[in-house]
Parts: sequence; C-alpha cells; structure tokens
Amino acid sequence: MSLDPSAWIALKLSLKVACWATALDLLFGVALGYLLARKRFPGRELLDAALTLPMVMPPTVLGYYLLVLIGRNGAIGGWLQQFGINLIFTWQAAVIAAAVVAFPLVLKGARAAFESVDAQLEQAARVLGVPPFGVFLRVTLPLAWRGVLGGTLLAFARSMGEFGATLMVAGSIPGKTQTLSIAVYEAVQAGQDDHANLLVIVTSLVCMAVLVTANRLTPNRNPQA
Amino acid sequence: MSMQIKVDISKTLVSAGRAFRLNVRFESAAGRIVVFGPSGAGKSQMMKAVAGLMTPDRGRIEVAGRCLFDSEASVHVPAEQRQVAYLFQDYALFPHLNVRQNIGFGLQRGWRNPAARARHEAVARWLQAFELEHVAQQYPHQLSGGQRQRVALARALAPQPSALLLDEPFAALDAALRQRMRRELDALQRRLAIPMLMITHDPEDVRVFGDHVLRMEDGSIVPAEEGAA
Repeated sequence: MSLDPSAWIALKLSLKVACWATALDLLFGVALGYLLARKRFPGRELLDAALTLPMVMPPTVLGYYLLVLIGRNGAIGGWLQQFGINLIFTWQAAVIAAAVVAFPLVLKGARAAFESVDAQLEQAARVLGVPPFGVFLRVTLPLAWRGVLGGTLLAFARSMGEFGATLMVAGSIPGKTQTLSIAVYEAVQAGQDDHANLLVIVTSLVCMAVLVTANRLTPNRNPQA
Repeated sequence: MSMQIKVDISKTLVSAGRAFRLNVRFESAAGRIVVFGPSGAGKSQMMKAVAGLMTPDRGRIEVAGRCLFDSEASVHVPAEQRQVAYLFQDYALFPHLNVRQNIGFGLQRGWRNPAARARHEAVARWLQAFELEHVAQQYPHQLSGGQRQRVALARALAPQPSALLLDEPFAALDAALRQRMRRELDALQRRLAIPMLMITHDPEDVRVFGDHVLRMEDGSIVPAEEGAA
C-alpha cells in the first residue's frame, strides 16, 4: 500500500496541526492545571468546569463560539484584522480549533498529576533554600510529568481526529486546511471509497500508536510507588 | 549555641467549617527547646510559621537575632531565605532522587537537581558522618526507617542552617529504633552545637532534649513548671 500525494499532504497537515495544538495545550494546561491543583481562589471549580466544557459540547457549538471570537467581525478577529491578520480558513484556525477541543484532556491530566504530588515535598524544598519556580522544576514537575505526558498524548490523538470545529473555522481547502479527518469526509461524500479506506487506515494507525504510547506512560507505573 | 527565639503570633485556621485559633507567645535563649503537648494543639502550625511555611495573621517571629516575620513592619522573609532546617515527621524525602541527591538538594542552586552520580565534597562528608555511603545510590523507598531519618537530617543540615526545627522526629519509628535515634540526635546536636526547637507529644523527648520546656494546649502556650512532664 502506497500513499498517494494528496493523502500524504493531508497526513502531514494533520500532524502539523496536532503538534501545534498539543504544544499550546501543554503550555496552558500545565500552567492552569498547577493553578487549579495548588491555589485556593474563589471560582476555582467554576473555572475548571468552564475549561472542561469543550469535552462535552458538540464540536459545532465550539466552532460557532470560535467563529464569534476569531471571525472577521469577532472580538479577537476584528482586532487582529487591524494588523492584516485573518485566521478564518487558515491552518492556524485549525490549530486553534484542535487546541480548544483537546485542552480538557491536558488540563484534567495535569491537575490530577499535580494534586497527587505531596505538598509537603514542596515545602521541604522551599525550606532547603529553593525558590518557588525552582521547586516546581525540581520537585513538582518531575513527580507529575508522567500524568502530564499521558494527558498530552491523549490530546495529540484527539487533535489528530478533530473534525467539527475545524471544518467550521478552517473549512476544507485541499493542501491548506484539509486535514486527514476532513479528507475522509470529502472522499466519502465524493464516493471515492478506495481513497477513504486508505485515509481511514492511516488515521487509525497514527491514533493507535499514540494511545499505546500514552498507556505505557500511565502514572501507576511510576517507580516512586 | 543559644537560640534566642522570640515568637508572638496569632492565626485563625478554618478547616471543615471549624475555626481553630492559634495564639502562641514565648521566648527562649536555650539551646534546646521542646514544645510539648497533645496532637491537635497547633504545634505543627506554630513550627510552620517559624519556617515560613504558614503566614500568621499578625505578630512577630525572631530567630537568632534575625527578624523573620513582623506583620506591623511588613517583614515576611520567604521560607527559602530563612536558613532554618526543618525535619518533617515523615521526613518528606524526595522520592525521585537518590540519597546522594536528597542530601545535596539544598546545596545546589538554580533550576536543576544535582546529578545522580555527582561527587560533592560536602555531600560525601555527610554520607560518611551518617554512615550512609553504602546506600548513597539508593532511593528513599529502599531505605529502612532509621536510614530515612538520617538522610532527612543530613539533607536538612547540609546547607548549614542557623537553627534546626524538628516535628515529632521519632514518631514514625518503632520503640527500639526510637531510643537509638534519640541518642544519635542527642550526640549530633551537641557536636554541631546547633540550636534546636522540637515539638513532640512524647515525654521521653522532653526528658532528653528539654533544656527549656514549653507546654502547648488548644493553640496556646500554657505556663508550666520548669522541666515538667
């Protein structure tokens, strides 16, 4: 089985979008997950619920929200327009859609992982003369990284498969915004069953590989236990 | 080795809807101070305040002539700059670091942990002093109770603190080991001449270490006859 050029292009685009989306999720997920795990502030659980919403909402509703935000007349999109930046129907919009949809997976994993780290270990590190950010890098993160990484790989797999919100904000432009999952839809719509089969197998294999890796990194295999 | 510690703090702690009022006031110039009292008296919270791990609502803390906290003067030295050692009840050894790295933790500045095999002269001295050389590459979960306590002590003392705070140091050990570790700590403290503040509910600790004994009940220091318990 050899990949025809259009499948290659869709696969590479999917991987690019998923990588960027996962990187964004990792950055924000670790920061917010730590905040939710360690800091007490009013509205903490409300914030957690709001950030988890993408996991349960229909992707079309998310896509609609994103259009309202980053569309040409949207709150953020209108502002970006001043600098000649347009996000709608670009691969960057696909990144944003995938990042939003997959974000709860990183957040949940990171929060649980940080909560499982004994706060007394962080206190011990402080008393030994290490400032807070050093404690985070030297104690908290090394003890939580497996949980964080597990959630991150799930987010990558979820980003690879993102369809609904992506279609709404990035469209389906072959070679530009047509990711694997959207290409499957187009192929089925056009009756190109062979092509659809190929794309489905490629997608399944990539997602399987990611999930197997994620499972190998589950926190209960931590050597500290 | 006198400590010159002055504590005058208050804090209202709320947990599970119940308020607990901590109102601690004492001063001492003794080299070994023992705060004795039942569990739940607020001893640990008082000690955390001295170490900078808990912020009192108001008051003042002074250790070895240095003001660490003063709510009126807005002084609040962060925990990492207080130069006090803290021995946690269950030792709080870093599970991802071996014995050598645990002891060297406070000697290494910056954002990275000491390397697993790094040779550090001070760490080597502590390993030798506590007879831990043969377990230097082992991880905390592979150690015996006595070894864990030695590692925790070595780790706490390595950065050359100006005072040693001990939270129920022998509570996690069985009776025979408790006696031995008590003797070890006694000898070590005399050798290093480091002032110490210990909290305990064990009368035997009071007998061995209580140069100056303070009784704590319901969040406050209560007047006690000298050398009581």
